[in-house]
Amino acid sequence: MFRRQFLTIAAAGLITAGLVAPLKAEEKFIVVQSTTSTQNSGLFEFMLPKFTEKTGIEVRVVAVGTGQAIKNAANGDGDVLFVHAKPAEEKFVADGNGVKRFDVMYNDFVIVGPPSDPAGVAGSNNVTDALQKIAKAEAPFASRGDDSGTHKAELRLWKAAGIDVKGASGGWYRETGSGMGATLNTGTGMGAYIMTDRATWISFGNKGEYKVAVEGDDKMFNQYGIILVSKDKHPNVKADLGQQFVDWVVSKEGQQIIADYKIDGQQLFFPNAAPSGS
Amino acid sequence: MKDFTSILAEAIGLIFAGDADLIEIIALSLKVTLSAVVIACLIGLPLGAAVGAFRFPGRTLVTILLNSLMGLPPVVVGLVVYLALSNAGPLGPLQLLYTPTAMVIAQTILVTPIVAALTRQVIEDLDTEYSEQFRSLGVGPLERMKALLWDARYSLLTVALAGFGRAVAEVGAVIIVGGNINHVTRVMTTTIALETSKGNLELALALGVVLLVIAVMVNAAVMGLRASAVRSAYA
Repeated sequence: MFRRQFLTIAAAGLITAGLVAPLKAEEKFIVVQSTTSTQNSGLFEFMLPKFTEKTGIEVRVVAVGTGQAIKNAANGDGDVLFVHAKPAEEKFVADGNGVKRFDVMYNDFVIVGPPSDPAGVAGSNNVTDALQKIAKAEAPFASRGDDSGTHKAELRLWKAAGIDVKGASGGWYRETGSGMGATLNTGTGMGAYIMTDRATWISFGNKGEYKVAVEGDDKMFNQYGIILVSKDKHPNVKADLGQQFVDWVVSKEGQQIIADYKIDGQQLFFPNAAPSGS
Repeated sequence: MKDFTSILAEAIGLIFAGDADLIEIIALSLKVTLSAVVIACLIGLPLGAAVGAFRFPGRTLVTILLNSLMGLPPVVVGLVVYLALSNAGPLGPLQLLYTPTAMVIAQTILVTPIVAALTRQVIEDLDTEYSEQFRSLGVGPLERMKALLWDARYSLLTVALAGFGRAVAEVGAVIIVGGNINHVTRVMTTTIALETSKGNLELALALGVVLLVIAVMVNAAVMGLRASAVRSAYA
């Protein structure tokens, strides 16, 4: 009786030992802290296998909001940071967490809205005016509210429009505190306007009747940057492998691959790396 | 939005398509969850049995604590494990963050209190029933615990299944410490969360159905084992 019990425990122990066994040491990989838009749009799935094929370096992407990605990287939990919030990225480098920041690519933000268009902003290319109209009509607006790159950009635009959204929070201004996809799911469900990056919107599968309402304003420019995490500050960083990835992304080859990525014939990201960095 | 029959059809299609990526994700889900449950049982069964069978000062307090820890929020556990395993944390040098091992650690913390608290109740009830016999036979404490655990084995199987249910359905902790990295730490629940955020609601729901089917299969396998054990015991 007890022997059988012993065997069960021994078998269980073996399973566990197999799992906890150290990872293969020869595995070459880097961890990239990045943002949901690059992952959800499918760009990484298109891009990364080509890099791995060329260099033998596996790229492990942790896709979270830009705010969280920067914090994770500042803890040394990543070799490369690939996000979209230039002021926060520059601070990351200035604080000694990153080596150098390079522009990689851009796309733009758009405001999507329901077909009823309660604030009458559809077709607008003036985001300041559109936001003022939304606020005046007190039309529901779903915000990320999660300190992500998109959220930071959205708050800058509200500020430029001279509107205090904090006071309206819980009323027509609704902070979901979630990722882009979750906010789109929630916002479309409540008939709210939502600001999203174009790449996530194009690849989003639950659009319903929603359409892009506001687009084409220079203020809605969305720049992505890449930074190697500093080995001086975080000794575990794989500086050599990470640098290879950064170099490749801003290289002619990497930039061309970004330009080649399309969904339904639409280009999602526009490469604009300058070899000197910024 | 499609109706539920088409989602069900998609789920069945997913199961029979034998997609290599999906099989990899299911395998990792099972590996992580079962490892966590096994470790949680190795800790929780003796712990719960000890609290259930022995009288010691502070016993009520320990019982309250175990019962409360059953409600640990997964996100909080994920954060604590993240902070511990982070390169900025005390266990950073182990380089376990964003590995399946980190996910097993987080789930073990979630499941152990469930196993321990439920075991405590089962063993305590059984001990009340057996206490006179134990006393008349002069059974030592360790023997007593062993006998109680053995006689309660079928109830404890359900305890383990409760732990499995918690672990296999959990997403908040594993997505933080695992990072939902494709081919490395992506499991069923994090895949469902990802597809939901992509707006692929039908695929997400279909994956949910697949997860449910897996849970049913594991439960059926355990009940099958139990039935054959009962048969052989009376044979």
